[in-house]
Amino acid sequence: MSNLVQPNATAPESEHGHSDASSMTLFGFWIYLMTDCILFATLFATYAVLGQSVAGGPGAADIFELPYVLTETFILLFSSITYGFAMLALSAGQKQKVLAWLGLTFVLGLAFIGMEIHEFQKLIAEGYGPERSAFLTGFFTLVGTHGLHVTTGLIWMAVVMFQVQRKGLTTVNATRMGCLSLFWHFLDVVWICVFTVVYLFGVM
Amino acid sequence: MSNLHGSVDASHGSAKSYLTGFVLSVILTVIPFALVMYPTLPKPMTAGIVAIFAVIQVVVHLIYFLHLNFSPQQRWNVTALVFSTVVIALLVGLSLWIMYSVHHNMLAH
Amino acid sequence: MFGKLNLEAIPTDEPIIMWTLAVVALIALAGIAAITYSRKWTYLWKEWFTSVDHKRIGVMYIVVGLVMLLRGFSDAIMMRTQQAMASDGSPGYLPPEHYDQIFTAHGVIMIFFMAMPLVVGLMNIVVPLQIGARDVAFPFLNALSFWLFVAGAMLVNVSLAVGEFARTGWVAYPPLSGLSYSPGVGVDYYIWSLQISGVGTLLTGVNFFVTILKMRTPGMTLFRMPVFTWTVLCTAVLILASFPILTATLFMLSLDRYLDMHFFTNELGGNPMMYVNLIWAWGHPEVYILILPAFGIFSEVASTFSRKRLFGYHSLVWATIVITILSFIVWVHHFFTMGSGANVNAFFGIMTMIIAVPTGVKIFTWLFTMYRGRVRFETPMLWTVGFIVTFSIGGMTGVLLAVPGADFLLHNSLFLIAHFHNVIIGGAVFGYMCGLTYWFPKAFGFKLHDRLGRAAFWCWITGFYFAFMPSYFLGFMGMTRRLNHFNVPEWEPWLLAELLGVGIILCGVSCQILQFYFSIRQRHQNRDLTGDPWDGRTLEWSTASPPPFYNFAQQPVVDGIDAYWGMKERGQKTAVEADFQNIHMPRNTAMGLVISLFSLIMCFALVWHIWWLAIVGLVATIGGVIWRSADDDIDYYVPAEEVARIENQRIKMLAEA
Repeated sequence: MSNLVQPNATAPESEHGHSDASSMTLFGFWIYLMTDCILFATLFATYAVLGQSVAGGPGAADIFELPYVLTETFILLFSSITYGFAMLALSAGQKQKVLAWLGLTFVLGLAFIGMEIHEFQKLIAEGYGPERSAFLTGFFTLVGTHGLHVTTGLIWMAVVMFQVQRKGLTTVNATRMGCLSLFWHFLDVVWICVFTVVYLFGVM
Repeated sequence: MSNLHGSVDASHGSAKSYLTGFVLSVILTVIPFALVMYPTLPKPMTAGIVAIFAVIQVVVHLIYFLHLNFSPQQRWNVTALVFSTVVIALLVGLSLWIMYSVHHNMLAH
Repeated sequence: MFGKLNLEAIPTDEPIIMWTLAVVALIALAGIAAITYSRKWTYLWKEWFTSVDHKRIGVMYIVVGLVMLLRGFSDAIMMRTQQAMASDGSPGYLPPEHYDQIFTAHGVIMIFFMAMPLVVGLMNIVVPLQIGARDVAFPFLNALSFWLFVAGAMLVNVSLAVGEFARTGWVAYPPLSGLSYSPGVGVDYYIWSLQISGVGTLLTGVNFFVTILKMRTPGMTLFRMPVFTWTVLCTAVLILASFPILTATLFMLSLDRYLDMHFFTNELGGNPMMYVNLIWAWGHPEVYILILPAFGIFSEVASTFSRKRLFGYHSLVWATIVITILSFIVWVHHFFTMGSGANVNAFFGIMTMIIAVPTGVKIFTWLFTMYRGRVRFETPMLWTVGFIVTFSIGGMTGVLLAVPGADFLLHNSLFLIAHFHNVIIGGAVFGYMCGLTYWFPKAFGFKLHDRLGRAAFWCWITGFYFAFMPSYFLGFMGMTRRLNHFNVPEWEPWLLAELLGVGIILCGVSCQILQFYFSIRQRHQNRDLTGDPWDGRTLEWSTASPPPFYNFAQQPVVDGIDAYWGMKERGQKTAVEADFQNIHMPRNTAMGLVISLFSLIMCFALVWHIWWLAIVGLVATIGGVIWRSADDDIDYYVPAEEVARIENQRIKMLAEA
């Protein structure tokens, strides 16, 4: 996924050229994130339409535990901050600090996923899995898709940590960290919408 | 080796921006949760506050974490975001209107 | 071990399919033998299959698209034959279970695997050249997009030999497409082939959006871009905004089918109407994705072959932008009859009528471009004039359908079929044929055989009118779409006329096949030595035919619309001896193909519920992506001496021309 063309086709090795490539990659990734927003919007719209169809089973207020969700929210928010500090360490060229902050972000992200899996398992064990009603289908899919995105981010993060460890803070690694930064913060933005629309409006 | 130029660096915050964003986000999260967990206000008002705080927190994230601004380098990013928001508003809003009308006209119970 | 897959999946009891497979296998074997005999495998692998060059990728898209056109057209012949035979109460030769798969495959193939690749192929070949760039923003993603599309096409083709295809129509509404009513593998083939090629399309949207915004040559502001590039930019926006809706909706349908969820089921609270709503929220922008590039092609051709600057450049650009935005608020016109009520229908009906206005503006700008121009009726111009007449009729019937009251009578009748084939064939397909003829010399260095091209055009347009105009009347007479057999004698003469039309189109397609054959045989007579066989106006004509792999040794500086015309008027040479520099280029790679192959394996396994293989495919796909990301050797520099050598060759060729 590397760009090659410089608008001014001269001195190929200039840092100016590399930053053009880097900024173009970041812009492309931002555009991809916009499409991901629309994908989530489709799932949100469907959840809104199906949200009352409980088919005689439990509704939102019956199954959501807000303190638990608040904990998850803080974990994800913290992980956004730790990633931000990883980016600051990257700017300062401090490889070990980058790896440390990334590692912390990874652990927090893993904790978030762990909590979410636990919540899902509990519901399924009680017979309130996604096959029970349209409401539960919508809930599991919307929250689960966000979780899948976070998981993908974690795999990506592990690969980035491995590549930084091996090759150092190269331009390519920096660009990739920049893209992952956009991705990670975007997931926190989506989570704001999730906890508002699904959990808070659900319990209200 | 710190050879970062272009937008990875330029659109970079400082520790201050992350911490400011963090504090604002905490406030904008705790209040809605509190209002719902301990219902004190009438429901429509709670709903309104929760919704508005969510929107504000999204903007906080965009500014303090995603470093979105109106500078020339970010112009197309902002344009793309605005356009996407319009599409999302149309998709979700019109879909809800359509599905509600179908529900009503098809005499669903 | 093999999930639901077993030997009974091969339809040995269907002679038509078995004969088709035999013929396809023979042709494939003949092709493999020919390539082996002429020892071209290494060449094909190194120069084409592993290429990240937008020009090569574009050609490959078009080749696959044209091959799929043959399959989609065969489906059409079978459908029309069945309808002509079965109009008097007899069952015809295609039982409903088979016929339903044919009309579904016809729609899916024509839209996703014929029209989309022709659009994307032309975008690929032309846009970087038109904006004076050396390639697209993300060449590897470009290759990956192509091979993901091929994987999707392969899945649809495999469904013919192993298993079955969906019987739901090309938009696959639930509950029919849900697990209870379609328990077989057909809908799963449908879902995964569209999901995988959909990812490719989305990546193409990102690629071209970034390319056009960020890689234009110095001096080319947005309002100095060629109109084709503008339409591609708007098409990219449409792709970016609409394809995520398709991905999400098909994902939800697959969750219903695989994990027993209830998005669109009849039971436990599901809502099939939500699928209809979402799929058309995608589906309407999709048809604009197909038509906008065609409008762009016609703009270029009208101007070039009228020897006149395009009339109303700014109107055309703004009309395109307006169409792009409006295409997100018209989608209910695809399901006026589904019960949303008068208010919703009125709003969307009015919006649909409004969207016809910018299109009408465009028709007038093309006409005014031709007016008082020195018109040359080369083959591309024939397609253009044919389009203006035919598409206008189709557009007008669209405005008629936009009236909800009228649509209540005409929805899903043959009137609708006539309308959309009118605009898709008369608009999109004519556009692609026009573009192919126009840009073929640029891609290959020689012109297509002229007389066969003209014959093909006349067969296509005559055949089209015979094949589809009667359908307007059949619609008024009450004939519904997708009928397998019926007993209405009044319809029969019209259906026979339509069958004749299909035959004439078949003559047209045959002319085109012959055209390719003879063009290649006579390529030395029809060589394009200057790079500018049509006296063009835009930058792609300033390069050699075919262009060097790096497109431009030095990126041109532009100071107006019709950049190349300006250069010609000033007597500016396009190939000069100069101080050439090293050029930074991406390396070829097999990873696009490899990643797509693993995705294909994963999707095939998902169709047949071979869970272990699906996981292997998924892990391998992710592994391929990680492998690619770890590759440091992905680009190189072309030495200045090599650039000089290639450019000097061109200078010599121009001197000889």
